[in-house]
Amino acid sequence: MSTPTLLEVQGLKVHYPRPGTGWFSKADPVRAVDGVSFVVPRGKTVGLVGESGSGKTTTGRAIVKLAPVTAGKIIWEGVDIGQMDNRTFLPWRKKVQMVFQDPYGSLNPRADILGILSEPLEIHFPQLNRSDREARCAELLKKVGLKPEQMRRHPHEFSGGQRQRIGIARALAVQPELIVCDEPVSALDVSVQASVVNLLQDLQDELGVAYLFIAHDLAVVEHISHHVLVMEKGLVVEQGTPEQILGSPQHPYTRTLLDAVPKF
Amino acid sequence: MAEQPLLRVRNLGVSFRSGGVESMASCGVTYDLSPGEILAVVGESGSGKSVSALALTRLLPPEPACMITGSVELQGRELVGLSETELTKVRGKQIAYIFQEPGTSMNPVYTVGFQIAEAVKAHRPEISNVQSTVEASLDAVGIREPARVSASYPHELSGGMLQRAMIAMALACDPKVLVADEPTTALDVTIQKQIMELLARLRKERGMSILLITHNFGIVANMADNVFVMNQGRVVEQGSVKAVMGSPQHPYTRGLIGCIPRLGQRRRRLSTLEDALRESETQRP
Repeated sequence: MSTPTLLEVQGLKVHYPRPGTGWFSKADPVRAVDGVSFVVPRGKTVGLVGESGSGKTTTGRAIVKLAPVTAGKIIWEGVDIGQMDNRTFLPWRKKVQMVFQDPYGSLNPRADILGILSEPLEIHFPQLNRSDREARCAELLKKVGLKPEQMRRHPHEFSGGQRQRIGIARALAVQPELIVCDEPVSALDVSVQASVVNLLQDLQDELGVAYLFIAHDLAVVEHISHHVLVMEKGLVVEQGTPEQILGSPQHPYTRTLLDAVPKF
Repeated sequence: MAEQPLLRVRNLGVSFRSGGVESMASCGVTYDLSPGEILAVVGESGSGKSVSALALTRLLPPEPACMITGSVELQGRELVGLSETELTKVRGKQIAYIFQEPGTSMNPVYTVGFQIAEAVKAHRPEISNVQSTVEASLDAVGIREPARVSASYPHELSGGMLQRAMIAMALACDPKVLVADEPTTALDVTIQKQIMELLARLRKERGMSILLITHNFGIVANMADNVFVMNQGRVVEQGSVKAVMGSPQHPYTRGLIGCIPRLGQRRRRLSTLEDALRESETQRP
C-alpha cells in the first residue's frame, strides 16, 4: 500500500484475570485479545468484524488505552504507545479518539452540548478561551449536520441518530488522526444508519481522518472499509480487502458470518 | 383466503393525551393474520409499529391518557374495550410478546425459571408440575441444559440465551399469536440467524402466527409471508413480501429498502430516506 502507516499493532494481547479467582491464583486468564497484528494506513478505514466476545471491542479500547495491554506493541508513527502511562500518553490521546456504540450512555445527560464538546478542548487546547471554544463548537455542529443554535440543548432533546452525530463531533473536536468507531451504527435504525455512515465517509474525504470501524454487520463494514479484519476468539482469522474477504472467504468462520447475513 | 383469519384488525388507532394535547401515534391500521402466518411490520422508530402491536392487548397506559379506537377481533372476539381483568386472560395466554432488549425484559432479581413459572401459574393453573413445563419450553427453544438455565439469573446468560428464554416464556402458555418486537436488533448476526430459524421452526411445528416487527428488510425477505410498511402512524404500503419488495410503490418503502448496504454490491454512497423522498417530489408533475 502506498499510503503511509499511521498505526501499527504488533502481537497485541489483552488478558484479564478470570473472575472469581484470587490475586495469586494460577488459573488461566481470560484471553480477550490474544496476539493481534494489523496496520491502519493514514486516511483509510480498517473494518473489524466478529461476534460479541471475539475481542474486537477490546482491541479498539486497548488502542485508546481504555483496556490494559498485557503484551505487544501499539506503534504510532514509530513510537510505542502501548506501554505508556496515562500522563505520557496525553499528547497521543488527542490523535486517537473514540466513538461509542450507545448514543444514550456515552453523553453526559447533565451537560449541554457546548459543555460536552468543550471538555476535550479544555484539556487539549488550554490556550482557547470561552468564545473560541463556542466558535469551534458551532463549527463542529455544522460539520456533523446539526445546527449551531442547538448547542445549549441537552442530550435527551436529541434522537439516537443526532446523539451519534454529537458523539462524532466530540471525537472530531481535538482534530484526531484516527477515530476508533465501536459499533457506531448498530443501535440505529437502517435509515439513520445510512446517513451516519455517509457522514463518516464525507468527514474522511474532507479531513483525511482514519477509522478503525468495529461492527458485526458485514454489509456495513464492506461498504465503508478499505481493509477488513475478521476476529474470532481473540485472534484475527482472516484479513484482506473487502472484495477478497467477502468475495472469496478462506476461513470457515468468515463463511459462517457471511451466511448469517439476511440476503434479499 | 378462504380460512377465517385468526386476528382481524380494522382501523386500529392509538392516540396519547397529555396536558390537554392529543397526539396520534397510529391510525387506520387494518390487517388480517391467518393461522401460521408470519406478518412483518416495517418502519423507522416513531412510525407507530410497536404501539399498534401493543394496542392489540392494550399494553399501554389506561384511558384517558391513551385512547384506542377501531376493532381487534381474535377468533371473532372483540378485544378493544375489554376490561383489564378480561385482557389479562388474553395477554400471554393467547397473544404473547417478546421484546427487543432481552436483558431489560427480565427481572434481574429472580431466576429465569422462576419468571417462566410465574407465567405458567398465571395462565395455566391446571398444570400441576410447573417445573417440568418450564424445562420443556426451554428445551423447545433449543436450550441444551434447561435445568441449569432455569436456575440461572438473567445476568448469567448471554443475550442470545436470554432471548431464547424470553421466547420460552412466551411459548410456555401456548399462545396463538406471538408478537415479536424487534427480537434480534440487539443481537449479533449469527445469533440473529439462530433466533429467526427458531421462530420459523415454531411456526411450522405449532402453527403459531407471528407478528414480526422489524426495520430490517433482509429479515422480512427471508421470514415473512406478508408485510405492511408504516410511516408516521399510517400504513403506507401493504401486501405480500414478493409484491412489496419486488416492486415497492411508495417512495418511503423504496427509501427504506434502498438505504440498506448489501453484501457484494458496493456503492460509493448509501442512499438515504431523504434522497428517496426528494426524488419522488421532483418526479411528481
